Amino acid sequence: MKLKVLFIVLFAMVSCKQDNKSNQVADNLKEVMNKDIVLSGNDLEIYDFNGFEKFLNKKDDKIYIVNFWATWCAPCVKELPYFEKLNKNYKNKGVEVILVSLDFPHLYETKLKPFIKDKKLASKVIALDDVDMNSWIPKVDKTWSGSIPATIIYKNSNKKFFEQSFTYDELETELKQFLN
Amino acid sequence: MKKTIKLISAACMVLLISAFTISKTGGSGGYKIGDIAEDFSLKNIDGNMVSLADYKDAKGYIVTFTCNTCPYAVMYEDRIIALDKKYAPKGYPVIAIMPNDTNIKPDDDLDAMKKRAKEKGFTFPYLIDKEQTVFPKYGATKTPHMFVLKKTKKGNVVKYIGAIDDNYKDASAVTTKYVEEAVDALLAGEEIKEKETKAIGCSIKVAKATSSVN
Repeated sequence: MKLKVLFIVLFAMVSCKQDNKSNQVADNLKEVMNKDIVLSGNDLEIYDFNGFEKFLNKKDDKIYIVNFWATWCAPCVKELPYFEKLNKNYKNKGVEVILVSLDFPHLYETKLKPFIKDKKLASKVIALDDVDMNSWIPKVDKTWSGSIPATIIYKNSNKKFFEQSFTYDELETELKQFLN
Repeated sequence: MKKTIKLISAACMVLLISAFTISKTGGSGGYKIGDIAEDFSLKNIDGNMVSLADYKDAKGYIVTFTCNTCPYAVMYEDRIIALDKKYAPKGYPVIAIMPNDTNIKPDDDLDAMKKRAKEKGFTFPYLIDKEQTVFPKYGATKTPHMFVLKKTKKGNVVKYIGAIDDNYKDASAVTTKYVEEAVDALLAGEEIKEKETKAIGCSIKVAKATSSVN
């Protein structure tokens, strides 16, 4: 949605560059850019923890499966296909998979974005970039030591946290407890 | 006779299961602040066995679970070397332990450890937890994972658990050097302000059968 806003603003900027409105438009653009979401090319959404927190607190009766991963994390990459499969099989049943990349920002262009493209990831992928881990890790779950992969499954205020790797069957079993 | 064998195998099963259970809870278990850390004897990259007790003059230790292959660990290598250079002369040497299963991470095996230590000029021992028995006792779950111990008459007391500092990306942008503040406090005989901190790290690699922390 915000991406659309940004495009409209950009389009507006280009189309009225001779206009004295352009200053005002530029200000609007700045405002958009300063919001919690910063867009870089290829639509990768990058958040700091404040911006990201909403993905852990949706209360719309959907089941969210939020997986923390990174391209450099071998066990994470190994289990990604299971999350993808789960997303494919359950997206029409009120389930959404969100893959939260903890890749290093300087490797977004060279590692993360090509990875998303090559693997044709269909689940929503967002990037979390916030160095003050000691303040946000306990907000995700107070038992999380900080190792990845880590996964949260939640529906409204019912939440379960896993600091472990999954097989597809294990993942589906956990999901089914939320589906009932 | 048959009964005895049955009994023995049953006992073995119980032992096996409990062994698995112990490593399974490695994540949430392990030492808490104030616990006495057991000593160990682990092989160093020079082939010698190293124990904490070998350091007769130490006032404590900066026990560091780290490895070659985790990008976070690599980003912190220079800062770990700096910790040793600063605090070994003050009585708190760095003791680095590589906890990964090298079948899963061959680039963390002893030869690769030797190579990495040489390249970086490690000033501290770089030990391998080959049997993977030490890191579960500490409750280490990831690399890097730091434990500051203070030597007392009762034993080596765990005083700090967690991250090195609060900015993995940029050492010059760090606002709180957790480990340094902890050791400085111990040296000054003061209370440590932040005794436990959290950071993202690479999970310690263990064969799936023995643990869920993978």
